[in-house]
Amino acid sequence: MYAQMVKSTGKGVKSREEMTEEERHFQDRVDADEKIEPKDWMPEGYRKTLIRQIAQHAHSEVVGQLPEGNWITRAPTLERKAILLAKVQDEAGHGLYLYCAAETLGISRDELTEKLLDGSMKYSSIFNYPTLNWADIGAVGWLVDGAAIMNQVPLQRTSYGPYSRAMIRICKEESFHQRQGYDIMMKMAKGTPEQKRMAQDAMNRFWYPALMMFGPSDKDSVHSAQSMAWKIKINTNDELRQKFVDQTVPQAEYLGLTIPDPDLKWNEETGHYDFSEPDWSEFYEVLKGNGPCNTERLEARRKAWDDGAWVRDGLMAHAEKRAARRTAAE
Amino acid sequence: MSKEWPLWEVFIRGQHGMSHRHVGSLHAPDAEMAIKNARDVYTRRNEGVSIWVVEAKHIAASSPSEKGPLYEPSESKVYRHPTFFDIPDDVGAM
Repeated sequence: MYAQMVKSTGKGVKSREEMTEEERHFQDRVDADEKIEPKDWMPEGYRKTLIRQIAQHAHSEVVGQLPEGNWITRAPTLERKAILLAKVQDEAGHGLYLYCAAETLGISRDELTEKLLDGSMKYSSIFNYPTLNWADIGAVGWLVDGAAIMNQVPLQRTSYGPYSRAMIRICKEESFHQRQGYDIMMKMAKGTPEQKRMAQDAMNRFWYPALMMFGPSDKDSVHSAQSMAWKIKINTNDELRQKFVDQTVPQAEYLGLTIPDPDLKWNEETGHYDFSEPDWSEFYEVLKGNGPCNTERLEARRKAWDDGAWVRDGLMAHAEKRAARRTAAE
Repeated sequence: MSKEWPLWEVFIRGQHGMSHRHVGSLHAPDAEMAIKNARDVYTRRNEGVSIWVVEAKHIAASSPSEKGPLYEPSESKVYRHPTFFDIPDDVGAM
């Protein structure tokens, strides 16, 4: 999940009696699974919450290129390099689809970028962890993209049309990402003892940060209740986390890797795996900016933005000059 | 802040002789760059054989509040559909 702890109105869900006529009509459309489109009337809280959520998601796609980009020049074969390059390019595309969806709500992409760079908007905690060995690229695809898919698949049904359409495109491509990650893990886990150690090491470091991606339990959160009523959030964080664990355990078993949780076990009664919660104090520290790579990630984004300014301005000036010439010639 | 690149809407023709369909939007300084960017963003997996781009500000759209006056009149004109007319089976396919 690339959007964590997105705040909504904070006021809880209004009862039908408290709603204005417009709000009631809007809620009826959402309840009937009608899509809301940019020009339709929408509550101000819906618009604001969506901007926060979609932008956080978009920023995560863009910042998420950094830990993987780290390995493009050092991929073990030309084929692996081409695949990783294609995956990182996809992430840029995902960011773009989402920025465009956010823009339909009345905010510009440059404004969104500036909010990321000044720290007022967040990106997913997961991208503040480093990718230390090649198996990490496998673990990121398998676990991180796997966790993202858990959240993104239901979001294809979200109430906001442009967001839903962006998620449909993203989900089509995301499955390639997870499978290429698992493919790397299979190679490493079935390789030399040294490669297997690297795979286990990657699993050990990424397991809990992947569980944190879903955010802390939100079953009592007023923000989540409102977002769920508006269908911009479909499942609770705990539901998705449980689904992710249930799906991932057999995949780890196939690889012969151990999940770094001594309390992980199948629960016959519930039909799910019991597992240990991640260390939430670590999660809050990472969100506050104190993760291993927060500074590095934001610096890389700021540098790209500042260093690219002359290109953006130059191309714009060139386009304006040519347009002026065309007008003069007519 | 420097000037933001304008927004373009992108339309792609799929492979099978279909019409161009809206697929999304992007920012670019001019039409030429918009087509190049659209190729990179929207046709990475053979999704198209032709690209149209149009600056978003040039698109005029109907308003959702006009839905009634615009589309309701056609609801009462069922005779515009071929199934409105009963043709005896003996006549054969028509």
